[in-house]
Amino acid sequence: MAALAIAGKDLRTEWRTRESLNSAVSFALVILVLFSFAFDLDREERLAISGGLLWLVYAFAGALIVNRSFAREVPNDCLEVLTSSVRGWSIFLGKSVACFVLLLLVELISLPIFGLFYNIRWTGSFFALALVMALSTWGITVVGTALSAITVNVRLRELMLPVLLYPLMIPLLIGAMEMTTGLLNGNAVLSDIRLLIVYDVMFTAISLYLIEFILVI
Amino acid sequence: MHAVAADGVWKYFGDYPALRGAGLEVSRGSCVALIGRNGAGKTTLLRILAGLSKPSKGTIAIDGRIGYLGHGIGVYDDLSAVENLMLFGRLAGLPNPKESALAALEHVGLTRVKDGLAREFSRGMRQRLAIARAFLHNPDLLLLDEPFTSLDDRAIAVLQQLLTEARKRGSTIVMSTHQIREAMELASDVALLERGRIVFSGPRSNEMTLDPGFLYRTYGEGSSGEVRA
Amino acid sequence: MREKIIYSLGILGTILLVYNFYNIFLVIPIDALQGAIYRIIFIHVPAAITAFSFYGVAVVASIAFLVRKNFWWDSLAVSAVEVGTMFTLVNLATGSIWGRVEWGIWWAWDARMTSQLMCFLLYLGYLLMRPAIAEPQQRGIMSAVLAIFAAADIPIVVMAIRLHNVRTQHPGPVLETGGLAPVYWPPFLIGIVCFLLLGSAMILVRLHQESSHREIDSLRRELHAI
Repeated sequence: MAALAIAGKDLRTEWRTRESLNSAVSFALVILVLFSFAFDLDREERLAISGGLLWLVYAFAGALIVNRSFAREVPNDCLEVLTSSVRGWSIFLGKSVACFVLLLLVELISLPIFGLFYNIRWTGSFFALALVMALSTWGITVVGTALSAITVNVRLRELMLPVLLYPLMIPLLIGAMEMTTGLLNGNAVLSDIRLLIVYDVMFTAISLYLIEFILVI
Repeated sequence: MHAVAADGVWKYFGDYPALRGAGLEVSRGSCVALIGRNGAGKTTLLRILAGLSKPSKGTIAIDGRIGYLGHGIGVYDDLSAVENLMLFGRLAGLPNPKESALAALEHVGLTRVKDGLAREFSRGMRQRLAIARAFLHNPDLLLLDEPFTSLDDRAIAVLQQLLTEARKRGSTIVMSTHQIREAMELASDVALLERGRIVFSGPRSNEMTLDPGFLYRTYGEGSSGEVRA
Repeated sequence: MREKIIYSLGILGTILLVYNFYNIFLVIPIDALQGAIYRIIFIHVPAAITAFSFYGVAVVASIAFLVRKNFWWDSLAVSAVEVGTMFTLVNLATGSIWGRVEWGIWWAWDARMTSQLMCFLLYLGYLLMRPAIAEPQQRGIMSAVLAIFAAADIPIVVMAIRLHNVRTQHPGPVLETGGLAPVYWPPFLIGIVCFLLLGSAMILVRLHQESSHREIDSLRRELHAI
């Protein structure tokens, strides 16, 4: 399927250069360290902010990764060739899947480091945590990839994309943060799962429908 | 059934019309040289035909699969030559992408460097790879935007050979250029695009081949020639 | 003709505004519980309602632009977003002032105000992105898509905030509790009407400005093409 071929291509080129992976992981690490200097917290306070901090880090990393998504098609005018070869939604889906895999990888790398620096155990409810991470990451990548397509030809793309992305992500982040804090504190309650699912379904549908307008002007 | 049937195509950039009711009919198997000065709208028209841009007004009917070669090279720097072609083969739905990729590389003389990353290629090699990509899936319709511009000798020879073979296969070719001489060698038909309008469209004649300026003088703006469809 | 409409809307709106302010500040009895600051509700809530109305206009105009490709719709969308954002600012400012007077804090992160702040941020992004795209067709399409994203996000934002924001109580939503005494309804409704009128006048002015811009742009391009 064309979408899978495109996802594979994105992942392969990313693995060769590891540009966004390296910068995203480094950035996540730096933020985690910075925050530990910024606040002097006892155990209870750390548990209370755990979900919030973790998803802040993931959101920043996510912005870095989706930014590259359509930007990598700009050199050599590759986006033109793609657009004339396959349907827009295949390109979008392929790139979203690639971003999803990359962001999830960054998250899984950052999680143990977070656990280490902040002395928080995350292995307890890992599967529930993984579910929250998967759903939230898909939401971030879907909206982020759509915005990446929108801003690919816009001035100051690196600045504009986060400015547009973060407000749109806020409801998703609220749900993810609350559930993650709950899970890390030992409550296995997935109260906001519905919120994440609604977000994911709505924005996947909207993006798939509108991507043709964005790519073919 | 024409390979390309464009009718009354307008394209606005803001309020500026780059194409003003351009119309073009290309019969299957022909090779059209789309001639026009810079700014006439050649690239705009080709991009619309390739599906990269939507016309503001008018209809486009394309019959068959498209191979597009635009100004950009359209290959990924971080993939090898064969990986690039295999990707595009998959996107085109070819049954055996690897085989087609290797055959195409053979055709353009890049077999020796098939596993080299495209970023390491010289300019001429990149151009040949781009040509391989456009012809990879034996498209029914080839849309080439100033393909001979800044090609080295080897690439020109490869392109001419591929075009000749494509014509023998019955593919249709629409090739924009302002290098009239090269185009005339290959073209069966000629279309003149002037300020967004097709002011002439018809078979190539001897006068055109011998005297490049003939077209502009006879059919261009300010001339007395009538529009022949 | 257009100018006549703008002037009449503007004048009518201004008259109503003046009349309403007179009413609000001098005539209406103040609320026993909340004191004089309660009067600000007649600006605060109508501003929110007006802002949302114009955001609605913007999303309809955006969809219409994607479908019909007529630049008038794009101009309408950006005008509606601008005026809507302005009213959102009024809402945020009056809400903040109210909070300061009433509870001593400038910002309380309660559900309603936070949702309004989110709206502001979403449409601020829209307004920031537009100047960054030079080509009008591209700008119109990208803006339209962004407006649709923003509009789709708002209900989810409200849902998310409502699930989690129980920190402070927004002054009881008067419409829901039905606690608005009869004497308060006229200035309230007139407030909504006059904001809508003034806002519409501003949108029309902005619309005209946009079409002039486009004309100048295209003349400039024609000139360059020669």
